[in-house]
Amino acid sequence: MQLTQRAKPVDRQPMTWLESIYLWNILKGMGITLRHLFMKKATIQYPEQQRTFSKVFRGLHVLNRDQDGRENCTACGLCAVACPAEAITMEAAERQPGEEHLYREEKYAAKYEINMLRCIFCGLCEEACPKDAIYLSQTFAPANYARKGFIYAKDELLIPHPVNERDAYLQALDDRKPQHSTLHTN
Amino acid sequence: MNMYVIAMDSWYIIEKLILIGALIGLSFFIAMYTTLAERKIAGWMQDRMGPNRAGPFGIFQPLADGGKLFFKEEITPTSSNRFLFLLGPALAMIVALITSTVIPWGASFTLNNHTVALQVADVDMGILIVFGIVSVGVYGIMIGGWASNNKFSLIAAIRGASQMVSYELPMGLALIAVLFMTGSLNMSAMVEHQMQNGWNVLYQPLGFLIFFVCALAECNRTPFDLPEAENELNFGYHQEYSSMKLGFYLFAEYINMFVSSAVMATLFFGGYDIPFFNEATWDGSPVVLSLLTFAAMMAKVSFFLFVFIWIRWTIPRFRYDQLMNLGWKKLIPLALINMLISAAVMLFLNK
Amino acid sequence: MSIVQILFWVLSAMALFSALMVITSKNPVYSVLWLIITFFAISGHYILLNAQFLAVVNIIVYAGAIMVLFLFVIMLMNARQEGPTGSKRWITLAGTVSGGIFLLVLVAALKDSELKARTAMVMDGQIGLIKVLGNELFTRYVVPFEISSILFLSAMVGAVVIGKKD
Repeated sequence: MQLTQRAKPVDRQPMTWLESIYLWNILKGMGITLRHLFMKKATIQYPEQQRTFSKVFRGLHVLNRDQDGRENCTACGLCAVACPAEAITMEAAERQPGEEHLYREEKYAAKYEINMLRCIFCGLCEEACPKDAIYLSQTFAPANYARKGFIYAKDELLIPHPVNERDAYLQALDDRKPQHSTLHTN
Repeated sequence: MNMYVIAMDSWYIIEKLILIGALIGLSFFIAMYTTLAERKIAGWMQDRMGPNRAGPFGIFQPLADGGKLFFKEEITPTSSNRFLFLLGPALAMIVALITSTVIPWGASFTLNNHTVALQVADVDMGILIVFGIVSVGVYGIMIGGWASNNKFSLIAAIRGASQMVSYELPMGLALIAVLFMTGSLNMSAMVEHQMQNGWNVLYQPLGFLIFFVCALAECNRTPFDLPEAENELNFGYHQEYSSMKLGFYLFAEYINMFVSSAVMATLFFGGYDIPFFNEATWDGSPVVLSLLTFAAMMAKVSFFLFVFIWIRWTIPRFRYDQLMNLGWKKLIPLALINMLISAAVMLFLNK
Repeated sequence: MSIVQILFWVLSAMALFSALMVITSKNPVYSVLWLIITFFAISGHYILLNAQFLAVVNIIVYAGAIMVLFLFVIMLMNARQEGPTGSKRWITLAGTVSGGIFLLVLVAALKDSELKARTAMVMDGQIGLIKVLGNELFTRYVVPFEISSILFLSAMVGAVVIGKKD
């Protein structure tokens, strides 16, 4: 059965004397490599140039705040349940009076950790979240010397404060959106 | 005795010493930058960029590589033969450096009634000395491979040695056909002859081809780099070597490439002859002419180095039996036929 | 002493010493390496005698090819651990006797020869240069030359025949 029309039958005839000198085929091969010498290179000069991710790229997690800077997460645990890699752990706590400007609802996540070595970046947590509190950004986890460094705590996951840290917040929102230029240079 | 030597001609000795120093420096410099060219061209041929981070266009990459090799840990296997383990790379390096002495690198010039030849030793046996030293070069590989006390190294060393010994024969036979035409073993006489009668490659294309293939095999370059076939012999005869000893082996290979390019340029491509230009009609400074001829020589050498690299990134490695078949059953008969035909033609033309 | 004489003595000492080391080394690989040094010393002598062609050919053929084959065999057999096999007394005796007889023959042959008249011409003489040597070989000595080439040819054919048979 042929799947494509491109299959070529292998010629298993013994080589003629002229072929066994290999000369003609070697010259043909050298012509091919010489052509490649002048072709456009596929390399992207990484730190200066970066390849943009696809629109549906799922990268590092970000914990969301609302426009006043209050954390969305209520520590309901649906993301941890949804996570197939069991990468998410959290501890819930009750909001005390006077903390209304920090947390949007009465319950919040006192501890929220994602192990980026376990995470498979499937995005199920994002889908499971009823409060729009977690989403996957367009960045990926940078290299680290220790395994401990890959367990991201809440302070690393939280998006910057939209009022107090306006620039960083906008930058983080920008990371969230897929970039449209094919290559962008820093 | 010292009096005797100095009385010989102190200026002569100094001149030769300078020349030797310059030649060694040149060999190292070219070898260094051949490694960079190798990586760059390999990259371009594979649609990559090649190293470009160390300095502009990566021109400091060889220094970085050399520095890395120097500072790596040096390991001598406990069960190895220490003296011979050291002798192997040293021999490979020495032999690679000696060969360049008999090659004329440019036209000689006269300065203050003193003729300076851009050649360390203008001896009658010129090309035979190259062959002699190259044939001794086998020992660098063999001793290193054996002293490592490792089966793979030994097998690779024996492969390498048998390959070099085998390919010396067609190389010599191809050379004989050239010698028919030049009538001299002296390399500067060969260049003179080619200046007057046109380059040897025009009369001996087949001879050149055979010589070139054998040069590839002698330098252990792809497609004949079986001694370092990593998929069957791990890393070949220098498997146990590390640090600068390994560096010496690898570096000697590049110097060998450089020298064999120079030999091929001298034997077949007119040496330091500037193409389409009669050096006798030059009426400027003789020093400038010398430099120009040297530049012509280096251009030819660079071209051959490029071809060496080009072939390496095109052709896969031969199998060992294919290698031996090609050497003994194809190239030697071809070289013999080439020799016979050239001899017959020479005889016919002379009569 | 001229530089030629100094070179002569140095080369002679080197040749003799390395030749002795060839037979006294325990490790056969060392023996082969000493033998290569001996060949180089002898090539040096050839150069002193202005026989450049012989010097280079000596290196190409002996040091570059034949000794490589020696090394092949020794390295592959890995013969270095083995001592002399069975030091039987009659072997020692036979060796001594045959060596003595060989020495006797040498002395007898050299005793009456006129060595004085045959002193080699140092840095002189043209016979070792390739043109002169070629002329001599193909005119005066053409018959022995051709006969020896036939000998080599038959040896080659023999090697091929042995190699084919398996």
